[in-house]
Amino acid sequence: MSVSARSPAPGGGDAATPMVLAEGLHKRFGRLEVLQGIDFEVARQEVVCIIGPSGSGKSTLLRCINHLEKINAGRLWVDGELVGYRERAGRLYELREREICGKRAEIGMVFQQFNLFPHMTVLDNVIEAPIRVKGMPKASAADLAAQLLDRAGMREKAAAYPRQLSGGQQQRVAIARALAMEPKLMLFDEPTSALDPELVGDVLAVMRDLATSGMTMIVVTHEMGFAREVGDKLVFMDNGVVVEVGAPREVLASPAHERTKAFLSKVL
Amino acid sequence: MTLPSAGETAAQADPPEEIKAIPVRHPGRWLAAVVVLVLFAMLVHTLVTNPRFEWNVVWSYFLSRRVLDGLAITILLTVVCMVIGIVLGVILAVMRLSANPLLSGSSWVYIWFFRGTPVLVQLLVWFNLAFLYPKISLGVPFGPSWLTANANNLITPIAAAILGLGLNEGAYMSEIVRAGILSVEHGQGEAAQALGMARGLTMRRIILPQAMRVIIPPTGNETISMLKTSSLASVITVTELLYAVQLIYSVNFKTIPLLIVASIWYLIVTSVLTVGQYYVERYYARGAARELPLTPRQRVWRYLTTFHAPPPGPVLPPSAGSGR
Repeated sequence: MSVSARSPAPGGGDAATPMVLAEGLHKRFGRLEVLQGIDFEVARQEVVCIIGPSGSGKSTLLRCINHLEKINAGRLWVDGELVGYRERAGRLYELREREICGKRAEIGMVFQQFNLFPHMTVLDNVIEAPIRVKGMPKASAADLAAQLLDRAGMREKAAAYPRQLSGGQQQRVAIARALAMEPKLMLFDEPTSALDPELVGDVLAVMRDLATSGMTMIVVTHEMGFAREVGDKLVFMDNGVVVEVGAPREVLASPAHERTKAFLSKVL
Repeated sequence: MTLPSAGETAAQADPPEEIKAIPVRHPGRWLAAVVVLVLFAMLVHTLVTNPRFEWNVVWSYFLSRRVLDGLAITILLTVVCMVIGIVLGVILAVMRLSANPLLSGSSWVYIWFFRGTPVLVQLLVWFNLAFLYPKISLGVPFGPSWLTANANNLITPIAAAILGLGLNEGAYMSEIVRAGILSVEHGQGEAAQALGMARGLTMRRIILPQAMRVIIPPTGNETISMLKTSSLASVITVTELLYAVQLIYSVNFKTIPLLIVASIWYLIVTSVLTVGQYYVERYYARGAARELPLTPRQRVWRYLTTFHAPPPGPVLPPSAGSGR
């Protein structure tokens, strides 16, 4: 595979560079091959939904993108920069922790289990990273947090602790917390899977609003309705490979592959 | 009686008849109460009537200068050694959990050594350090030294006690801290990392504050234990509470009354520490439960005030309508 052929400009930032680009991505956990050669691209302002059976590597792919997992082979760029490494004269150098943290700070992530910090109030959850990581003054962080919580419909809960909130409310706070870092890319790892059915809608509404505002989003989800209405692209993964990519309506209505058909027949 | 019709609400219906049943008898409880009462009466009787307790001697020494000085040293030893133990414990626990095998290995060896030898032996070794190293100097390893001191001057009895008890405590505290860190859900560290927080920051701001809930109760235990273990320093001539009363009774032979003096003081300080622990635990419980438990004072206050008005219960507004 030629890496240099596409070799995106270091620094990235221009509109032509894809936000995320993966080539031949492999990830092993011990003997288990979780990702077996993923080629994947997300353009700027695109909303890409990833579906697939559990164990297909969807979450792992997401976690590779912000370097929570190290890839074993292949190349992965975010905004034109290699994830986790620097390439010089054909050799890869691991990045320092500082540099990795700097890059993670530009990528928001929302987890299935929310992972709000239970010992902090909603407001403190949201302002913690802007203050401690970006060095934002407390007052402006609080202003930003108020705006974001407002957008998520959670402003009146700013003083509450996460355990006093419902799952849907917690997830909306988690989205606000990720947005407070003003990321250029948002990763959603099954954001509604741990929620009671009647709470899912509120979270999806916040995500839909975010998509409309032009945020680049990668969403691992089982919400086919959301994928159909909001997604620009639908990726079906199985057994660590991308089986099918296409416009959500087409993939959902007339899947090209047998495996996609079999999966969709079970979940739709 | 007919069943209320579907439209009828509970408020309109007659209130249901309260159950009035004959309670189960508990003869065993009465028997146990009698036994406990008799034993208690015997205890009080002997405390009051046995003249050898010499309560007048107890009270005459209770607030004496030498006893209070000893108490001050005991408290000082407890506080200083616990601070050393906790700081060392956090460092050792973080080292132990480090991915660096050198760090985790050296932490393991430290814990192995200091937990593996009796603290009394450690105290004696520190006290007798001058036999091993008559002079202690500060300088470049294997190179010149800038400062040299006589070990006998440097390692005073109290310094030996602080070193022995503090370093030993560090080994125990590290296991407590490690248990606390491991008790924090894995996703917490991940969420912090995903926000761009570095490992040190994540540990300080996210992991340790949550680990505190698990760390505090055994640390309270350790502090109370340290208060009493500090009496071991009496063997290396530190005039803490126990040695202070020993010095007194070695002259006047009022052994039991003076040991009672020391015991009462130990009980008092332990009680104070227990109350302190309650409030520290409460502080770190914030966010853990939906509502903080009331302090004893708040409980009394609420009891007094709610005679007139019902307590304002926490009302969770219903979540915004789902927009699916």
